[in-house]
Amino acid sequence: MLAVRFRRAVAFAGRYPLLAGVDLDIQAGEIVALRGPNGAGKTSLLRAIGGLLPLSSGEATVLGLDPVADARALRRRIGLLGHRNGLYDDLSALENVRFAARVAGARKGAAEVALERLGLGARLGAMPVSRLSAGQRRRVALAALLAREPELWLLDEPHAGLDATHRRLLDDLLLAASDRGATVVVASHEATTAAALAGRTVEVAGGTVTGGLIEAGPPPGTPRPTALVEASAYVA
Amino acid sequence: MWHDALLVAAKDLRIERRSRVSLNQVVPYALMVLLLFGFAFDQDRSLLAQAAPGLFWLAVVFAGLPAVQRSFAIEAADGASDNMRMSGLDPAGIFLGKVAAITLQLFVIEAILVGGVVVLFHSRLAGGALLAATTVISTAGVAGAGVAYGALSVGLRVRETLLPLLLAPVLAPVVLAATQAWRSALGLSTTSPGGGWRWFGLLVAFTGVYLAGGVLTFGTLIEET
Repeated sequence: MLAVRFRRAVAFAGRYPLLAGVDLDIQAGEIVALRGPNGAGKTSLLRAIGGLLPLSSGEATVLGLDPVADARALRRRIGLLGHRNGLYDDLSALENVRFAARVAGARKGAAEVALERLGLGARLGAMPVSRLSAGQRRRVALAALLAREPELWLLDEPHAGLDATHRRLLDDLLLAASDRGATVVVASHEATTAAALAGRTVEVAGGTVTGGLIEAGPPPGTPRPTALVEASAYVA
Repeated sequence: MWHDALLVAAKDLRIERRSRVSLNQVVPYALMVLLLFGFAFDQDRSLLAQAAPGLFWLAVVFAGLPAVQRSFAIEAADGASDNMRMSGLDPAGIFLGKVAAITLQLFVIEAILVGGVVVLFHSRLAGGALLAATTVISTAGVAGAGVAYGALSVGLRVRETLLPLLLAPVLAPVVLAATQAWRSALGLSTTSPGGGWRWFGLLVAFTGVYLAGGVLTFGTLIEET
């Protein structure tokens, strides 16, 4: 089953083209890396998948729904982490994660568990987000996604600001999410970071992609690189 | 919708409780506005008492603008507005939650401003039911229009200056009706006793339009801006 299906997807910001005819298939449960230089269109593609960037033309289906027409139903099933963390500075880490969990209707205690899994215990969880380091803030944002348990993770440079230990922790979390059936799309300009994690890498350049269709990449079910940990450690 | 509204209102109020922006900045600002009005009309005490309801509601509007701007600034600060959109929250719930949070903050500010009006303008409070009903509905109207127009201006780089420009004409009927209803309640009006309730009816109509308009259009506003 396809979690994401884009055909000839075109999107503009005013008159400036952001996506220029994207063909992309992503299988449910797959981990896909979007790789390309700054300004290639990775973020725009993630936002289009999340329904934040409406298409001017082309077709898009995400988790079987139209990302714009069915936005509300779809967005409850998606977790998007952008360049910015989307946190409220005046709230504590726990309050931020708890708000995300409650909005998603997550089970009680999901916020505490998610923070714990990201290595943020009770002490850091109680601190206002404004007092946390950049890496800690990134982990709080990831915990907010984890607490929601989305079916589709859309992550824009999720390793940014994380040290080697927490990069590996994040990779493990995403692999575990994939094992539970969640689909993960990671955008990164670093050649090795996302590729080490992903089962398939899609090159993004000039608002279009190469290797976006399933038949263009490795067949579904291709084993992940066994040297994941070593590779993550290397790029860190 | 109501569940989402409750979540958003609780979150916004918790942020306000932590940051105390309303208490530490908006309240002194509103009191300064009242004080300046007092200086402007100081030579004519009777005129000051006559004008007190209008000056009070102008001060509320002036206090409402930073409260609305703050409500959207907290969403824009770290890209939280994208998170809000991606959360799947009912846009009507977000609208009502923000309106509720701003309304409650304005109630606190108004309570302090009423004290200021009594002390500075020598006003005597009377007409309790009309006064209270007018205050509740007018405040909801100010917050409702403020949140709707706040969403409209949030994606614009000139939002700080554009919001007052957009909001002032929209709030004019609320200020007018609230002022007249208060004048009637305080016995400052020459119209019949029922006149105040007629102004209150107009106030209910405008507030209803603002709230219904916000509930219906807020989703489009936050998606398009």
